[in-house]
Amino acid sequence: MSPPLIETRTLSKHFGGVQAVRNIDFSLAEGELRCLIGPNGAGKSTFFKLLTGQIKPTGGAVLFRGVDITKLQAHEIARLGIGIKTQVPSVFNGLTARQNLRIAAARHATRKEADAAVDAQIERFGLGRFADKQVGQLAHGQRQWVELALVLCGRPNLILLDEPAAGMTEEERFRTTEIIREINREHPLIVVEHDMSFIRTIARRITVFDRGTILMEGDVDQVFGSQAVRDVYLGKQAAA
Amino acid sequence: MIATLRANWGLVAVGLLGVALMIILPLTLDLFELLQITLYAIFAILALSLAFIWGYGGILCFGHSAFFGLGAYTYAVAVINIGESTAPFLLAMLLPALLAAALGYFMFYARISDIYVGVITLTLTLIFYNCINSTAGPAYHIGDALLGGFNGMPNIPSLNIPFLPDATLEPLGMFLLCSGLLLIVYFALHGLLATRFGRVLVAIRENEQRVEFLGYDARLHKLVAFAIGGALAGLAGCLYVAWGNYVSPPVFSVVQSAQIIIWLMVGGVGTLLGPVLGAMAISWLTVKIGTQQVVNASVILGAVLLVFVVLVPRGVAPMVSDHLVPWLLSLRRPRSAARKIAQGGKA
Repeated sequence: MSPPLIETRTLSKHFGGVQAVRNIDFSLAEGELRCLIGPNGAGKSTFFKLLTGQIKPTGGAVLFRGVDITKLQAHEIARLGIGIKTQVPSVFNGLTARQNLRIAAARHATRKEADAAVDAQIERFGLGRFADKQVGQLAHGQRQWVELALVLCGRPNLILLDEPAAGMTEEERFRTTEIIREINREHPLIVVEHDMSFIRTIARRITVFDRGTILMEGDVDQVFGSQAVRDVYLGKQAAA
Repeated sequence: MIATLRANWGLVAVGLLGVALMIILPLTLDLFELLQITLYAIFAILALSLAFIWGYGGILCFGHSAFFGLGAYTYAVAVINIGESTAPFLLAMLLPALLAAALGYFMFYARISDIYVGVITLTLTLIFYNCINSTAGPAYHIGDALLGGFNGMPNIPSLNIPFLPDATLEPLGMFLLCSGLLLIVYFALHGLLATRFGRVLVAIRENEQRVEFLGYDARLHKLVAFAIGGALAGLAGCLYVAWGNYVSPPVFSVVQSAQIIIWLMVGGVGTLLGPVLGAMAISWLTVKIGTQQVVNASVILGAVLLVFVVLVPRGVAPMVSDHLVPWLLSLRRPRSAARKIAQGGKA
């Protein structure tokens, strides 16, 4: 049996006395789309930072296709094909959208291939009108798309999306759900999102984080029907 | 070919102007003025070295004079011992490059923040300054070269044609060499910035974390850029000593480092032409105000910097390219539109 695409074993991270992530055992199969939900401070973003090598765990291990990547640097993990779209758009604001994407594509492609990859992503996200504008001048939703296109230009094997629809208009949000479904045909995804209507639209399997641990894991109906999940998270969402 | 030239008309214009000045200036200027222009070209190379690492790599080096001074002293010591300038010329670039690479390794691989990079480089140049300042007396020598402490090292041989120690460069030769090297450095840096390495370097300045997320090793890119900047500063140091035949500890001073930063701020950080113009204009101004006794030169330079920080915060070159050129173009457009209307066509 082939190993999971990505797996964590008793992964932990504490900052001083604060235990941000505690003994997380998580695995994701090839081609899967997994949503992570949980209240603020549940450890979702810290978990993403551990997967991408931005911070090192205080215990446990991260395995990618069976290989231990816990001690690798962030750029080495990225070279394995783990791409991330961060919560606040992390793009090159002083460069144009096209220049942004070209830098991503140029790492593993010839100039001609890179140009083709850039053009394909510009078309997919409808960025044609803004392609030669400085990204810092674009609207928040457009910058989110530039970042997502940037990740895709890097030929990822796994994509981590941290609140991909945050700050988007209804129309942009709808288009983003379509894009995520479309991307998932080729790439496995882990999506962190607070918007439950968004989650319902895209999710098949959900992992619920609470206070640094996994509270439960299951399909959409199981998670939304769980009293424990409602108590720690969904109840608050509904009230909000 | 024509399309490439048209796309890079700015670079072509700089190249043509540079070559034209190299031909015209020796014919029109007297010896003193030619020597001054040579010095401005050397300072422009020094400005380019910082423009590359700060303006494009985002590495603010507060002590860039450390590499300038090291290049200067390396050339001085080596040429006195060897008696011929080919190897000293190369050593004057190699040693600062190695120092920058070693320092860069500890700074960038330890991922210290930008402000500490500034503090460490500033400290480095102060250490050099104090060490070399304390080397007066016959006990302090490297081979035949007396370091001279605060008195400096006089009578340093000029550059010669490679491997021909007797063919020393005269002022005209130095002018052609320095202005030629300035053009070469300018175009080489332009070429480097157009490569993948250069584009990643600019991306690091914009967002280092994203560069790492795309699989590039930001630390290595910064280290290489820092070493290139060190080598170019060393080259400027070597030319400076060969020009004046003298070197003293102030080449390592904080004032020298601050001056380079001022050249960039006036000319425009994030450009290559701006720092060249900034270095030349401020150096010219320094010489001019040095001839009068009414106001202290530092006061005037400080006032110039304040004016630029407040009124032209991005420097001259970005202001011209972002505001003046579009404004001039906008003046042309309505006229051509009006002409079309007069001819009965659509505007």
